[in-house]
Amino acid sequence: MTASASEPDDVAGPPSASEPKGSAGTVADSLPDAARRSDVSYDLVVVGAGSAGLAGAVAASELGLSVALLDSSTQPGGQFYRHPAPTLGAVRPEALHHDWSAFADLRRRLDASGVDHLTGHHVWSVAKETDGTWTAHALTGADGSADAPVRIGARALLLATGAYERQLPFPGWTLPGVVGAGGAQAMLKSGLVLPGRRIVVAGSGPLLLAVASSLASAGARVPAVVEAAGYLRYGRTPRALVTNPRKAVEALVHAAALARHRVPVRLRSAVTEVHGTDRVEAVTVSRLDRDWRPVRGTGRRIACDALAVGHGLVPQIELAVAVGCSTRALPDGTLGLALDALQESSVPGLWAAGETGGVGGAELARAEGELAGRAIAARLLGRRTGVGATAGLRRRRDRMRAFADVMSAAHAPGPGWTGWLTDDTDVCRCEEVPAGRVREAVAELGARDARTVKLLTRAGMGWCQGRMCGTAVSCLAADGATPEPPSERRPFAVPVPLAVLAALDGPLDPTPASDGPPDPIPASDGPTDPVPS
Amino acid sequence: MARTPIGLVGAQPDPPFEITFDGRPVPALPGQTLAAALWGAGILAWRTTRDGGRPRGAFCGIGQCYDCLATVNGEPNRRACLVPARPGDAITTQEGHGHDRLGV
Ligand code: FES
Repeated sequence: MTASASEPDDVAGPPSASEPKGSAGTVADSLPDAARRSDVSYDLVVVGAGSAGLAGAVAASELGLSVALLDSSTQPGGQFYRHPAPTLGAVRPEALHHDWSAFADLRRRLDASGVDHLTGHHVWSVAKETDGTWTAHALTGADGSADAPVRIGARALLLATGAYERQLPFPGWTLPGVVGAGGAQAMLKSGLVLPGRRIVVAGSGPLLLAVASSLASAGARVPAVVEAAGYLRYGRTPRALVTNPRKAVEALVHAAALARHRVPVRLRSAVTEVHGTDRVEAVTVSRLDRDWRPVRGTGRRIACDALAVGHGLVPQIELAVAVGCSTRALPDGTLGLALDALQESSVPGLWAAGETGGVGGAELARAEGELAGRAIAARLLGRRTGVGATAGLRRRRDRMRAFADVMSAAHAPGPGWTGWLTDDTDVCRCEEVPAGRVREAVAELGARDARTVKLLTRAGMGWCQGRMCGTAVSCLAADGATPEPPSERRPFAVPVPLAVLAALDGPLDPTPASDGPPDPIPASDGPTDPVPS
Repeated sequence: MARTPIGLVGAQPDPPFEITFDGRPVPALPGQTLAAALWGAGILAWRTTRDGGRPRGAFCGIGQCYDCLATVNGEPNRRACLVPARPGDAITTQEGHGHDRLGV
């Protein structure tokens, strides 16, 4: 389906690529040197098929744009709606999910749409071309190691890349059996497996309740949920709570599940040590003071064979940051993208939705995706699209964003958490850099930020590019002062084979399936804003 | 009967098949990743670190941490949490670097 075929005559946009559906894969497969070729051009490329990306892609497509939806996974849904492959034959996938019907609805719309859902596409870079169009570069295959890297052109870009888990190190956190809380959840949702039989769930943030209740329903014993924050801070902003009743209901559903499985929740506490030689045998849980400093003499040992741990989520924004999008500091010390009222970033033509603008959950992500999809369609088609619906979406978005900020503040790590670390605790898992070396770089070599620490110690230089240790390193570098948010500047969003980079020597070839490169999108201050001013 | 993830979602998987881990057979269900099959068999570590030679396995579960790197059918540095299990796959403990095939 193309914009020109499905829209009335007054559409301002030029005809777009003809019949892109299904052709991207075959074009890539048949090219002698796929890394050097552009694939089909679209009106819109969406990166990420979670709640935000799905909503954005289907909304834009329903309004007449040709859309490619790129996602690394084989199935739509992102992390929140991760679910088993069809061959696992899950009759009740919704048993592991909250609000499955919302996802079922998005999937129905996706199936009915003309969106090209390109699975196994790991986008490692996006670039704005001189003619104002965008190119997304992707590696392909389950883990990005297939031999057919591709690039896909579009007039506009929507980034819905979600978030990854924030980790704070502690002695023993590299032992097998210690897994991310989100990781345990992801492996359960997609692979129907557990990391152990007795699993302590620890860290901070509302995700812990969801993780603990799904692990328990799936048969794990959960001896404790250990939450470093108190929940009192939510009470200080009653307005955000009252106006977001669905969030309160969600929390109650999880709390009830935990009560049913007799899972105790310990607030203002943290796992400060893991015990075991080859794998987890027990953890020590300590009380924390207001600043998250462990209180001496409060350590209690809990026997377990796994620990699922995480301290909230970090927006995954490196693709946007690499092309110069502005960020905003979030109340928990992470960075999200700075976005306008219609989800456009500071770089014209690049929109973002969902956790990239700050972590706020699936419902918010859906609203933002829908809003962005409509705004992009309005811009590209040069006409207004559903003014009333857009205003409603904006109101819902603003209300849920306000709650997300409260949540973010409530679970921000206290400065005292570094008191959990001993000098030989590995901070950087990839490069095996212990806290002592980082402290030395700060105290003796004068490092004041994560970047300098990285250069002096290699912390953050390994495979994960600092995703696992970024928060910890910036806290240690700040040495008690307010840490700068860890930089999300990474040259590539995923590791890229040198051969792929070497093949990128020319400008984009004209697209094989269209009449020529698409025109750049019109300026944003025209009469295309879908919301009356 | 004990509750299990399979029971929770009422899964009726296609027939299981075999993969191997360091030569020993491990069952896998079609649709599971290599990491899921290993977890299902109670195996949590399939790599040793470069400096300390310490055991590691899946940590983030979503392709971000690279702790789950494995040698699969002789090819090092595959992220086991992303790669689907196929009948006969041979996973071997990856020591140190692998061969840094991905070149970063
Ligand atoms: S477990 Fe983190 S990349 Fe596989």
